[in-house]
Amino acid sequence: MEATVTTANSEDKTWGGGNEPMGASYGKMMMWFFIMSDALTFSGFLAAYGLSRFKFIETWPLADEVFTHFPFLHGVSAPMYYVALMTFILIFSSVTMVLAVDAGHQMKKNKVIVYMFLTIIGGLIFVGSQAWEWKNFIKGEYGAVETKGGSLLQFVDKDGNRVALADFASTLHGERVQHTSNKGTWFLSEGELPSYSLAEVQAGFKAHPELSVRIESIYEATPDNVKDAKINHDLSKFKHKTVLSREESISRLADGHYVVEGANLIRNEYGNKLFADFFFFITGFHGFHVFSGVILNIIVFFNVLIGTYEKRRSYEMVEKVGLYWHFVDLVWVFVFTVFYLV
Amino acid sequence: MSHEHVSNTAGIWKVFAILSAVTIIEVILGILKPDFLHMNHLLGMNLLNWVFYILTVFKAYYIVWSFMHLGGEKSSLRWAIVLPVVFLIIYILFIFLTEGHYIYGVFKDSTIKWNF
Repeated sequence: MEATVTTANSEDKTWGGGNEPMGASYGKMMMWFFIMSDALTFSGFLAAYGLSRFKFIETWPLADEVFTHFPFLHGVSAPMYYVALMTFILIFSSVTMVLAVDAGHQMKKNKVIVYMFLTIIGGLIFVGSQAWEWKNFIKGEYGAVETKGGSLLQFVDKDGNRVALADFASTLHGERVQHTSNKGTWFLSEGELPSYSLAEVQAGFKAHPELSVRIESIYEATPDNVKDAKINHDLSKFKHKTVLSREESISRLADGHYVVEGANLIRNEYGNKLFADFFFFITGFHGFHVFSGVILNIIVFFNVLIGTYEKRRSYEMVEKVGLYWHFVDLVWVFVFTVFYLV
Repeated sequence: MSHEHVSNTAGIWKVFAILSAVTIIEVILGILKPDFLHMNHLLGMNLLNWVFYILTVFKAYYIVWSFMHLGGEKSSLRWAIVLPVVFLIIYILFIFLTEGHYIYGVFKDSTIKWNF
């Protein structure tokens, strides 16, 4: 027992062993320093995201146009609501965790069991929500065309609302079979083909005169921009993406070379390629932390059930795992701000 | 253990109420994006983003001080945790964001045409 839980000692035997620097037990202090190093790791990631965003400040995707899904509300644009819900779930599971720690201090085993159980459920719901968020992000909604220069063209109707490729692309009769490694002269295969070929998108765009192309640049009414005939000034709004005039749209689309649907680590339909990379990496790393937190919580939960801490006469282990769990919540607070709000 | 074992359930729910209220305010601001905040800038960032960051740090303070109980630890532990983190984060943000802004300038002013 002495190895796992140290208790307060008197001042007179500083060198007699069993001492607690900074008034915290060994395990708790090490958990704090682990959290500190982990916090610095996350800060590094978020700072790198900030660097890339500052680098491409004029073309970075706008978060409230990307994350607009809510379960069972198909086609309804609901920016932010879903992540707000996820934030609540995580904060609430933090509350049940701190209630479990509190009950542990009172040595109330049954209360600890109930609160730990609720915490685990909250964590699982959060991981599930994140998986759903990823699914929508990977699947995409509207589709876009990448130009030879690597910039992205999206499509809007006469009111400036986004239009999906499926709504206007025409069907051309052409054979384009997915290449697999056993059919070529060299053992190369290619990824899944997009639902529409570039030619189909271009033909469909020409056939729909009400459509315009929206580029990545965020519009600002500078003297140069206002005079620019290539920009559709009715649909381009300050701090929103620039919409091009019809003629310019057709000529830009002619430079297209790839149809983008959804998101992967190479390209995404939302805008800058780095945006999806950072999204996958940072929310993925956070989700991995939540997942490990759930596993740790389950282990401690079973230890509480079989009475390990009751025998130890201390629920400090619940407190330590609680520290980690709150840290996961803390990181999410920052990820929420950086990815969804700012 | 160093701290006394008094139950503090009321305090926990109070912090939960504060965190929820702040999150709701953030979401409302994020959806409405009021023009007087969104269109006015301070030190290169619009006021809305300043509000978001200040509220985030405000929430972080409550999570760390109340939920993680750092407020109840000895001041030596408090400073050993908070000081390096705060200093290094401000430092890395300063370096990275300055660098990012510099690279933006290089792209913008160079003769290379990026959108061809």
